Amino acid sequence: MLVKVFVTPRRDILDPQGRAVEQSLKSLGFKNVSDVRIGKYVTLNVEASSPEQARAEAARMCEQLLANPVIEDYRFEVENS
Amino acid sequence: MKWGVIRFPGSLDDGDALWALGEVMGQEARALWHKDETLGGAECVVLPGGFSYGDYLRCGAIARFSPIMRAVARFAAEGGLVIGICNGFQILCEAHLLPGALTRNRSLSFICQPVTVRVENAATPFTCAARTGDLLRLPIKHGEGRYVAPEAELDAMERRGQVLLRYVDPRGEASDAANPNGSMRSIAGVANERFNVFGLMPHPEHAVERALFGQDGLKLFESIVLSRSSSRLGEESAAR
Repeated sequence: MLVKVFVTPRRDILDPQGRAVEQSLKSLGFKNVSDVRIGKYVTLNVEASSPEQARAEAARMCEQLLANPVIEDYRFEVENS
Repeated sequence: MKWGVIRFPGSLDDGDALWALGEVMGQEARALWHKDETLGGAECVVLPGGFSYGDYLRCGAIARFSPIMRAVARFAAEGGLVIGICNGFQILCEAHLLPGALTRNRSLSFICQPVTVRVENAATPFTCAARTGDLLRLPIKHGEGRYVAPEAELDAMERRGQVLLRYVDPRGEASDAANPNGSMRSIAGVANERFNVFGLMPHPEHAVERALFGQDGLKLFESIVLSRSSSRLGEESAAR
């Protein structure tokens, strides 16, 4: 099963990369842009008997390695591949 | 006193740490390999600076799973002294041996410059050769050194005295301008609740020679030697 993991800096954590990109977008003329946050996108295949099992494993992967809960939020999607 | 300096793939400052401890201070210091499963009798373990495992995913995130880190976690749980410098600090945070995390510098730039840090709590094994309020001049060189932790946790850490070093200006005042990387509350170094694990972004091992940046870094290593010899005295008199 295909798991797509999205890791983003927590709302209360300063994201200087997002802020720099926001400034650049504004200087390109996109004055209506705000709240740019930059994170990571991880895809992986997991052998699992059910989407529930894949979801449970993905949650553990995120907690233990893919995200650092002190500074990052995560969410993921599971697809039959 | 016996020291072990861990060498991860991508470690950079292990050589300088071994030099500072062995050649400059005359300590018994040896390198430990990341695949080792024991610490070779070390009384203090140093996690040096560098870019362990290429800093993939997050700084320190992969190094944390090295075989030797299991031994480090056991050693720390038994009260053994552990010090993490720069990348070593990042690894200790990722391993949950220290609170908080280190994130991208506020400026987004890699910073390589001298800083002044103030000793905030001298009643610890890592700072006891200094006095609270002492200023140390040390180099920093990092891209991800902005210390963050939840506000409530920071409050609790400050109450318990776990903030050991803070970035200050040359007069000893903390200010936004004297905070090189945007660390919360200008924090440069923290200890765990038991005060046997210490992490800091500045590099004491690069400040041990009069001709090269001065010797303020020795204060921290000398503290560890001092605390170890006094606890050994305590153990001996208890045995008698």
